[in-house]
Amino acid sequence: MSIWVDGRTRVVTQGLTGHTGLFHTQQALEYGTRVVAGVTPGKGGTQAAGVPIFDTVAQAVAETGANASVIYVPPPFAADAILEAAGAGLPLVVCITEGIPVVDMLRVKRALAGGRTRLIGPNCPGIITPGECKIGIMPGYIHKPGRIGVLSRSGTLTYEAVWQLTSLGLGQSTCVGIGGDPVNGTNFIDVLSAFEDDAGTDAVVMIGEIGGTAEEEAAAFIRDHMSKPVAAFIAGSTAPPGKRMGHAGAIISGGSGTAADKIAALKAVGVSMADTPAGIGAAMKARLERDGLLAAAAG
Amino acid sequence: MKIHEYQAKALFREAGIPVPEGRVATAADAAGAAFRELGVGLAVVKAQIHAGGRGKGGGVKLVRSADEARTAAAGMLGKPLITHQTGPQGQVVKTVLVEAGSEIAHEYYVGITVDRSRGQPVLMASAQGGMDIETVARETPHLILREAVDPEAGLRAWQSRRLAYALELPASAVRLATDIFQRLVRLFLDKDASLVEVNPLVTTKAGGVLALDGKINFDGNALFRHPEIVALRDLDEEDPREVAAAAAGLSYIALEGSIGCLVNGAGLAMGTMDTIQRAGGSPANFLDVGGGASAQQVSSAFKIILSDRNVRAILVNIFGGIMKCDVIAEGIIAAARETDLRVPLVVRLEGTNVKQGRALLEGSGLKTILASDLADAAAKAVKAAGAAA
Repeated sequence: MSIWVDGRTRVVTQGLTGHTGLFHTQQALEYGTRVVAGVTPGKGGTQAAGVPIFDTVAQAVAETGANASVIYVPPPFAADAILEAAGAGLPLVVCITEGIPVVDMLRVKRALAGGRTRLIGPNCPGIITPGECKIGIMPGYIHKPGRIGVLSRSGTLTYEAVWQLTSLGLGQSTCVGIGGDPVNGTNFIDVLSAFEDDAGTDAVVMIGEIGGTAEEEAAAFIRDHMSKPVAAFIAGSTAPPGKRMGHAGAIISGGSGTAADKIAALKAVGVSMADTPAGIGAAMKARLERDGLLAAAAG
Repeated sequence: MKIHEYQAKALFREAGIPVPEGRVATAADAAGAAFRELGVGLAVVKAQIHAGGRGKGGGVKLVRSADEARTAAAGMLGKPLITHQTGPQGQVVKTVLVEAGSEIAHEYYVGITVDRSRGQPVLMASAQGGMDIETVARETPHLILREAVDPEAGLRAWQSRRLAYALELPASAVRLATDIFQRLVRLFLDKDASLVEVNPLVTTKAGGVLALDGKINFDGNALFRHPEIVALRDLDEEDPREVAAAAAGLSYIALEGSIGCLVNGAGLAMGTMDTIQRAGGSPANFLDVGGGASAQQVSSAFKIILSDRNVRAILVNIFGGIMKCDVIAEGIIAAARETDLRVPLVVRLEGTNVKQGRALLEGSGLKTILASDLADAAAKAVKAAGAAA
């Protein structure tokens, strides 16, 4: 069991013929993901990585029955690529591209509102249901099928957490990177809600960072709607205000968005906090033990 | 990206937003001449640096003659101005803005930014202008009015009127102010700003409405389509190491501590800094080499870290996913030789090709301190930095 992607997901890669798109499509195919089509305008009718290429997403969907898209299109064209995928009726669009202008994303968000398309990202590692479907740039081998849901605003920090879980024998149901940009498609609450409803997920690891109020909003959701245990880490306790730490979203401004506020909000609703990223796996394990869920999750 | 007040006001003027008449001067005599050209009895000399809090720091002076303008400018130009945002060393003033004084009836605040939790631009306005708006937001949040902005259509005329009446603007100023609100939003969207702020926007005794101050920050991701904005960049206002890092495709932020950090990924880089702090040390920088760094970039990263004289040890933390550990190891070895590394180097590698990476480092003859995991790496770096100090 899992959320949003599984062994039946049929993926179309937008920007497959570019350097990044080709590399990660090959990695996804090796992992066993069903990548059924690629889209590059002007290259329709050709093949890359053994996958047929189409000029438009609509053609790719009509010909191959693709039901999810992943985007490796350069930033100036990425917003248009997201809208094209939504226009073709795809229920899931995962945008890996880093560096999309915020105003472009504001317009995308407005256009997708009320529609049937879920956007994950942009500027994210993607989504993986271990052993079934890998959409994105995360290394496949660090994952292990299991019953812990993982959600994060960060890329490599997610790998760190997943690797610790796997090393402790705690497999994952699905891992979702929602991305480090200030405006994104799927937020923490969307993912928490899906994990709460997923019969294949017993507990959740959440990784946040400084900037914005997404973690505080997640804390309120956990208090009101989550029955499953949550362990978390917030990156950026030592970050100075007003400095953008790599991610466009990771900035403490006007005294809000600090790690201390977020940690306090999560602790107050019973989330088990790891003090450092080195302790994320251990925090989850200790929580499962306390709640008597360890045997099931490690099974 | 930030720009100066005088540059923001030029953009305001271009966008049809009224600002006081003003002249830019880079020498004291020119500031005196500017006063005469303005032909007014009262002017303001304002130091042009990116940091805020200029007024309290002595960077804003009222003057009543060309002589006073010259003296005020001479007191600012070429000297560091220290505000709560500049740090203790201050920022050297190279330019002043000499601006015609206004007879102010009332001061308002107007700001436009992105409301992240709603995924929409938002215009905020308050009749408590001129003050520190963050204090207003904290103590009397109901005095800040908000209008959500449609990112395609901009601020609608009716929203603009709703704001103007709610702010209790005098009847004569309503039409002028609504026009200004809409133009500010259009400027925000057209120029890909991340912040447009006017504090204060004033009504004058003569019945006008003016942007007395102006601050615009731009979305770095959108600069590719705004060469006219890139041209306004003032590199003297930025940390030279941060500029060099950006040129090498790295994300670097200078901090005050003694342990230089080289990490892949922004979240892991912040997490590494946090772990160092927990272990009793303090990070000298944030440095994200990105997802697919080359040996060349790793080498550039080392040079930038080592240009900080406070660095007593370096901690490399790489979780190789797409990035392979052996490639990173080669980069580290090359960089250590090129830069004649004299501080202890702690390396934690995990992920793809980790065995090959560790073997390369062990066989290189470099005095690397290998760490088994992140906690171990931080402890070893703190110890090494203490010993080297």
